Amino acid sequence: MGKLINNGIRLDGRRVDELRPYKLEVGVLKNADGSAYIELGKNKIIVAVYGPKEVHPKHIALPDRCVIRCRYHMSPFSTDVRKTPAPSRREIEISKVIREALEPTILVEEYPRTAIDIFLEVLQSDGGSRCAGITAAALALADAGISMCDLVVACAAGKVDGTMVLDLSDIEDKEGEADMPVAVMPNLGIITLLQLDGILTHEEFKQGIDLALEGCRRLHEAQRKALMDRYFKTAPNQEVE
Amino acid sequence: MPEVKRKYVIPGELITEGNYRIIANVIKRGNKFYSTRIGLAEYGQEGVKVIPLTGPYVPKVDDLVIGKIVDYSAFAWEVDINSCFMAYLPARNVYGKNFTPGQESLVKRFNIGDLIAAVVTAFDRTRDPILSVAGPGLGKISKGEVVKISPTKVPRLIGKKGSMIRTIESGTGCKLMIGQNGIVVLSGKPEGIIKAVKAIRLVEEEAHLADLTQKVQAMLGIKEEGGKEGDG
Repeated sequence: MGKLINNGIRLDGRRVDELRPYKLEVGVLKNADGSAYIELGKNKIIVAVYGPKEVHPKHIALPDRCVIRCRYHMSPFSTDVRKTPAPSRREIEISKVIREALEPTILVEEYPRTAIDIFLEVLQSDGGSRCAGITAAALALADAGISMCDLVVACAAGKVDGTMVLDLSDIEDKEGEADMPVAVMPNLGIITLLQLDGILTHEEFKQGIDLALEGCRRLHEAQRKALMDRYFKTAPNQEVE
Repeated sequence: MPEVKRKYVIPGELITEGNYRIIANVIKRGNKFYSTRIGLAEYGQEGVKVIPLTGPYVPKVDDLVIGKIVDYSAFAWEVDINSCFMAYLPARNVYGKNFTPGQESLVKRFNIGDLIAAVVTAFDRTRDPILSVAGPGLGKISKGEVVKISPTKVPRLIGKKGSMIRTIESGTGCKLMIGQNGIVVLSGKPEGIIKAVKAIRLVEEEAHLADLTQKVQAMLGIKEEGGKEGDG
């Protein structure tokens, strides 16, 4: 195996603190109540939000808040070898962590006895699809008009060839030493997801968090722009009198 | 005139700092106010609020809604009011207090698939909305064209004191019935309806912009009448 980082330049030509190219779009699906699309590197993920709506089966409804259901799914053509469409152990786990990363931001008490469904469909996969999924899902929730105290944005940091790097690609994730996805509510500064696969020293961990938060800040700018483009494109300027 | 400042916001965006009263769609952290929805934030002496641009219909007591009958039992009809809650129209709200199940057949009044105009008489977090058809203009809707818009844009379609409705009605010769749940029923001549639908779509698209009434007037070819009534 060759080196993954040469003179501070990674395999795909990025510096260690650089994100992959990204594109965010809101309101891409007409039938869903809210939707968003994200491209991050080779990742292509589409997110649809339905709800709040009546809960079926009725017994899972909660009297004082809404239930949030989340499905992360990789389409059979999203990988280089066909993936069976049945939800794998990994997908079930990621669905759960995404749900838990988004739940703190949704003001669930505003919608008692209802359900909100979030569907994430990975059309093409690369490293860091759960982070890209969370970033897009927050946009789709906002597009659906669900009350939330902040957006959520996620980004991974990790250790590759002994160096801390931002936003790992698929190969860096597999061959590197550590991968740490972080999701954060950018305005309130609350971390809603923190996973770590690998071993980091205290110093590396701190460095990783700082890198990931900086990546999240940049992605949040993109989120904001995507929402503004969708809703206020025809608006003359930001401040209205 | 109290000064009101406006700003386009997304969820989590800081609206303002200081001492304000919260009106709607705003959360307070410390002395900072953040938006919870996409929309137009307004803050001034009255307080802070966000007028949302997207979102579901949440029923409110006294709202006029237009709904479709989806089911019925011996006591009540079930009505789809384009919300996350199914509404109930109890038979006693239609036949009166002396209603006894079995004597009347509910289908004779409203059948499945019928469209009705009703008001919400009761709703809170713990119960589903209850409807009533007692009142002028309420009850079964037998003809007309149905248009759905986003429920958050209904206030703009009505306008200040109904100015937008009046503009569209006088410009197209149609009658408009606007449910707070985003369902609009138009009745009139086909040409008028086509024009009115276009006007409604314009309002929906540009709900966040100022001078909408003037724009709709220009589109429908109406000259400004009786001084300026502009609606922000």
